[in-house]
Amino acid sequence: MTEHAKTAPSNHTSLTQRLRSFDLRRHTYLLSVVFFLILCGINIALQPSFLQPGVMVSNLSTFLPLILVSIGQTYVILASDIDLSVGSIVSLVNVATVSIIEGMGGTGGAIALGLTTGLGLGIAAGLFNGLCVALLRFQPIVTTFATGIIFAGLALWILPQAGKQVPATVWQTYGGSILGVQTVIWVLTLAVIFALVLARTRFHHALLATGGQMQSAFQTGLHVLRVRITAYALSGLFSALAALCLVGETASGDPLLGTGYTLSSISAVVLGGTALSGGIGGFIGSVFGAMILGLIDNVIFFARLPFEYQGLVQGLIVLLALAGGVFVSRR
Amino acid sequence: MAQTAQFNGSVTTLRGLATRPLTLALAAIAAMLIVGELLSPGFAAPSQIISQLTIAALLGIVAAGQNLVILGGREGIDLSVGGMISLGALVAGNVMQAENAAIPLALAVTLAVTFTLGLANGFGVTIMRIPPLVMTLGMYGVIQGALVVLTRGIPSGRAAPLLNDFVTNPVLLGIPGILFVWVMIGIGMTVFLRRTAFGLKIFAIGTNEEAAALAGISVRRTRVILFGLSGMFAGLTGFLVLGYTGNVFVGVGDQYILPSIIAVVIGGTSLAGGTGGYIGTMAGAVVLVLLQSILTTLNIDPSGRQIVFGATLLGLMLLYGRQRKLRM
Repeated sequence: MTEHAKTAPSNHTSLTQRLRSFDLRRHTYLLSVVFFLILCGINIALQPSFLQPGVMVSNLSTFLPLILVSIGQTYVILASDIDLSVGSIVSLVNVATVSIIEGMGGTGGAIALGLTTGLGLGIAAGLFNGLCVALLRFQPIVTTFATGIIFAGLALWILPQAGKQVPATVWQTYGGSILGVQTVIWVLTLAVIFALVLARTRFHHALLATGGQMQSAFQTGLHVLRVRITAYALSGLFSALAALCLVGETASGDPLLGTGYTLSSISAVVLGGTALSGGIGGFIGSVFGAMILGLIDNVIFFARLPFEYQGLVQGLIVLLALAGGVFVSRR
Repeated sequence: MAQTAQFNGSVTTLRGLATRPLTLALAAIAAMLIVGELLSPGFAAPSQIISQLTIAALLGIVAAGQNLVILGGREGIDLSVGGMISLGALVAGNVMQAENAAIPLALAVTLAVTFTLGLANGFGVTIMRIPPLVMTLGMYGVIQGALVVLTRGIPSGRAAPLLNDFVTNPVLLGIPGILFVWVMIGIGMTVFLRRTAFGLKIFAIGTNEEAAALAGISVRRTRVILFGLSGMFAGLTGFLVLGYTGNVFVGVGDQYILPSIIAVVIGGTSLAGGTGGYIGTMAGAVVLVLLQSILTTLNIDPSGRQIVFGATLLGLMLLYGRQRKLRM
């Protein structure tokens, strides 16, 4: 999200001048939009019903958890850190929420308490990561791996095996619509609006400065410590949101539910054009990156490849997309 | 980061010695043996220690490659080792097919395949300038996919009896062959890193890539070879894992990915590159294996074991995994 930092071209500049001054590095997410559109095209060719509203909403609700986790991961990566615990946070929040709702009898109050506790737990987990990495100065990869083990252990402690159920109102509301608009669209829209507003704040500028050149940001007087901790807390918050969506989607708890999200979210962020070295990129790319990963799965499914080749083709496409994205944006 | 300066140079002060990662790791090993013996008599018995070291050797050998990539700097890391181990075990088992005579061929093919894939990682990282984390993660996905194609999800390939004996049974003085291999790798790595031109190049590019390039070191070629070697060490681990377990399932290598990185860090090699060595990594691998073993001995449920394991890793970070403080 650096586009707003760029001065808008005046109306007098000719189109060629505008094109010439166009810098891909300021619009790191554009490449992911192109990938996304190509994959949509392939998807429509393979699955003609792709554009039907029902199919699109169902695709969106499948992609939504990874989209949310990836938005959260973006903030941490922008600060030049990384969060390997997001998958465990998803699992932890999922089982905690489901256990609270079921344990308190599934009433309206129980649901409200379960959802807010889930969000609070996600933020607390993120704050804990942030304190370890920023305040105690632990190495981010090893630290979030270790905290991820702890969070996963807590999830197993709360619910050793997949099970428990939430009342029908929860999944009916999530799968249905509010004020005539599908709930999943509400969730995505609100998350995007939140991220857009956040991108205009001083925090976000400080975040980009911190990730780009931490030493200079510190010497300029920015609260580098606070920025990094906030980034981890946001990652925890978005992981928790993803976990709540999964509660609505699966209507039950699973202590291993989040396992795949950690590495996928990093892939999504990188596909979206955000640099792992920090300071460059933004959440829009990550949203498209997460949808790209989902569409790749779709395309492979509808291409009717032999089952055993699906993983290999998926791996190759993801590697090529990652390589291509990095290759083009580094020119 | 005072300890990094002391790690390479001579350690003169007592405090310097006490905060040295290797000393800390060895102290942790001693403490865990004592605690383990108190909790469960027989924990520190020689046979038990040897079986723990056998498990640690498997982790330690993958960590050797990981160590090299990390020392080379520029966010060097290899997440593809999990796939490489599984692939190595699969290739070795299928070439070997339980025939003793086919062991040398199986070893050669395994190392050639994983070295080549490691070089591919290296090309992605240097020529295509893909961050190592992303490149090796992508490679991991490709290898996992290829494994499913090769096996169709069914375990295949069997270890030759001789390999099985070499890894699990004593060959000399009650010690299994794998431990001799590990010690030789330990000596080899140390000599390689400290006494050969290539080893010094690794430290040079890991410390300051521009300076190394100006000094005439071919940075790209060195880094490509490092990734190749990491693939090869992972392949060798896969070969030995085959000997340890007898047959292979597709995800056999996954459990080694992050522990191989942690072992390197606990051993005092900085993830920023340029400082560290392999002896510390060996100690780090033993620390991780003993810790897991103590937690198993404690007879607490798996969730409690995980929580304690994660908390202990954080505690170890507190001791010496800390990064430089930002200063004005």
